[in-house]
Amino acid sequence: MAKVKPRVKVPKKVSKGEIIEIKTLISHAMESGQRKDKKTGELIPRKIINKFTAKFEDEVVFASDWHPAISANPYMSFHFRAEKSGAFNFEWMDDDGTVYAKKAKLKVSG
Amino acid sequence: MTTTQVSGTVATRRQVLVGIGAAGIAAATMSVFAPLARAEFESIDEALKATLGSAVPAEGRIELDVPQIAENGNVVPIGFDIDSPMTADDYVKSAHVFADGNPNPDVASVHFTPACGAAICATRMRLAKTQNIIVIAEMSDGSFYTAKTEVKVTIGGCGG
Repeated sequence: MAKVKPRVKVPKKVSKGEIIEIKTLISHAMESGQRKDKKTGELIPRKIINKFTAKFEDEVVFASDWHPAISANPYMSFHFRAEKSGAFNFEWMDDDGTVYAKKAKLKVSG
Repeated sequence: MTTTQVSGTVATRRQVLVGIGAAGIAAATMSVFAPLARAEFESIDEALKATLGSAVPAEGRIELDVPQIAENGNVVPIGFDIDSPMTADDYVKSAHVFADGNPNPDVASVHFTPACGAAICATRMRLAKTQNIIVIAEMSDGSFYTAKTEVKVTIGGCGG
């Protein structure tokens, strides 16, 4: 299976009170469970990322439940009101229980 | 409606009983015991009923951005911006996205907090064919809003 790689984009120069856009991407096949194996004709079992959460300083600020209709290599962006500097913690939960995580720092001036 | 992931799981259970080998059993085990967030709805009517209960959603406040024509049903961009002050007393709690022509209507549910500052979200979805995208926004005061737009799909993106 291809390596699952999460990536996030947090703006660099942020002023206090600014509402910023956080972009996230994870390389994952998001196997919907609808596809048939071309050789055997059997359904390829579902295996997707079913939950994404974003925490800032250990508090959940944004979360999303995903279903098989989310495209492969799922992209999701959301917004965040930057009040203070701190650490983001992003997590993607796979159907099989694996949790993929990525951290990012936020630097807020003013 | 039989082409759901539930029937896929039942089929692989039968395969396990017949005994198709270690790889098959491993794959079947994964799909039987996989901790799914919630089983998908069977129909858009079921999805709306489960989401709204007896509430009637109002129109407005949701800006739904989807292409009129999607060339590739596998990757259809969707964005929405829900009008709200996003304060502790008045914010968008959740937004539920449904596609009424897919094998299952569920696309995603998004849960905001006041810390978001804005109820804006973007992602990419799979659409099997031309259909409506329906967004239900659930507000902190218990009210619901809805928006619906049709997306024409030239090459569907659900099967293999």
